[in-house]
Amino acid sequence: MLTYFRNIGQGIMTIVSSMAIAGRHLFTPSVTLQYPKEKWLLPERSRMRLMNKIEDCIGCGQCARSCPTECILVKTEKRGKEEAPVFASDGTAKKLRTYVFDIDMALCCYCGLCTFACPTQCLIMTGEYEYSVYDKDEHIYHFAAEKPLTVAGESRQNPPEG
Amino acid sequence: MESVAQLLEKIPKYDALPETISALMPILASSVILFAMLALAVLFMVWLERKVSAHIQDRLGPMVVGGWHGWAQTIADALKLLLKEDIVPASVDRVLFKMAPFIVFLGAFAAYVVLPFGSSSFVTDLNIGILYIVAVSSLSVIGIIMAGWSSNNKYSLYGSMRAAAQIVSYEIPAAVAIMTVVLFTGSLSMVDIVRAQTGGIQNWFLFRNPFLFLAFVVYFIASLAEVNRTPFDLPEAESELVAGYHTEYSGMRFAFFFLAEYANMFLVASVATTLFLGGWTQAVPASIMPQIVPGPVVFFVKALILIFIQMWMRWSLPRLRVDQLMYINWKVLLPVSFALVLGAGWMATL
Repeated sequence: MLTYFRNIGQGIMTIVSSMAIAGRHLFTPSVTLQYPKEKWLLPERSRMRLMNKIEDCIGCGQCARSCPTECILVKTEKRGKEEAPVFASDGTAKKLRTYVFDIDMALCCYCGLCTFACPTQCLIMTGEYEYSVYDKDEHIYHFAAEKPLTVAGESRQNPPEG
Repeated sequence: MESVAQLLEKIPKYDALPETISALMPILASSVILFAMLALAVLFMVWLERKVSAHIQDRLGPMVVGGWHGWAQTIADALKLLLKEDIVPASVDRVLFKMAPFIVFLGAFAAYVVLPFGSSSFVTDLNIGILYIVAVSSLSVIGIIMAGWSSNNKYSLYGSMRAAAQIVSYEIPAAVAIMTVVLFTGSLSMVDIVRAQTGGIQNWFLFRNPFLFLAFVVYFIASLAEVNRTPFDLPEAESELVAGYHTEYSGMRFAFFFLAEYANMFLVASVATTLFLGGWTQAVPASIMPQIVPGPVVFFVKALILIFIQMWMRWSLPRLRVDQLMYINWKVLLPVSFALVLGAGWMATL
């Protein structure tokens, strides 16, 4: 009989205390972020979409070789001896003409290994993360600015498959 | 209903209508007015429920549709439910399946006839008003069993059996708690019960004596179970039974179950307001402050406060087990309510 009344009392106390907790939370500020209107402040050096400053790129292809998912495709040819020499902004001579520099962001795993391999630090990861598209092919970003002089002049390209 | 009939008299050539039609017109008009009011109240309550649940869980809830805090979200949802395809699964009992949502809604809606929203705004004042509510609101159990049985689905059947067991059992302490109030008024009419509480907050049955206060608590708990709200939402326990008796329903028929659920919520809050919180009467007596706020507004505010407490409990407490549910009803609420009737009867004869 005593435990019966004790159980009832305990039940009432449980209800009151749990409702007090819920009532406190009713007035605590919400943690929801209204996403398209408000945006989360990204941490410094967040790894998002890749970007290549093609004017600094020497076409060495180390990024393509370091990529674990093979999402970078680089195709270059040698510049002719008679052409005027071109330099990157850190003074490295651009001996190769990069005529294809494609990054497939649909394949990218955001490891950032390519950016460490880049000798001129022209390949960087930006903080841009809103680049959803309707077609998967639109995720291939083309960075090359120059055209090849010879069609067969593919001296360097991605390592062969396998 | 009298005021509605008087309004209808003003329609040109209303007298020229045949006798049979003009006799039905006030009934039709009152039910349309009640249904419109109920639909609006339900839309608001669904929005409030989502907001209360969101803020208790430190979320925001609907924020986009309509601009200010997503006020139009429920309107958009209602339109969506109206336009959805009406799916009747192949192996259901078609007649029962199609009829069930309307019977469930009917049980909730028919009870609104006797609710006194203001001193003159009620459809009719039956002399057995509260008995009528207790009787009619248990009609929805038939609809729930029909829905569960005709769905031809084990989860639906389990849900409806649980609902029937729960609603039938919890009606007893609720009715006995109502009896304590009837002991004081000596009348079953809803209007008479409110009139007995006029003259300020100290005359409300909630604060008149401790037995009636406890009777309010018992009625509130039992009414939560009657409308299948969470601590007592076993019939539609989504983690065990998918959605209970309305698992197989979609579109408009599901909307009617939803409407009935919220109509029932509003009904039990209104009954508690009428019986214990003085109905349309104001907290400050008329001798101190002139009664400028209309009675229906006071009634709605009181009912909404009770509904808010229902929602608050829903988002604070976990669901009971089946044996705990029956324990609370038969071993706690029923003896307590009988003791309260004895105590209230003793107080009433003093």
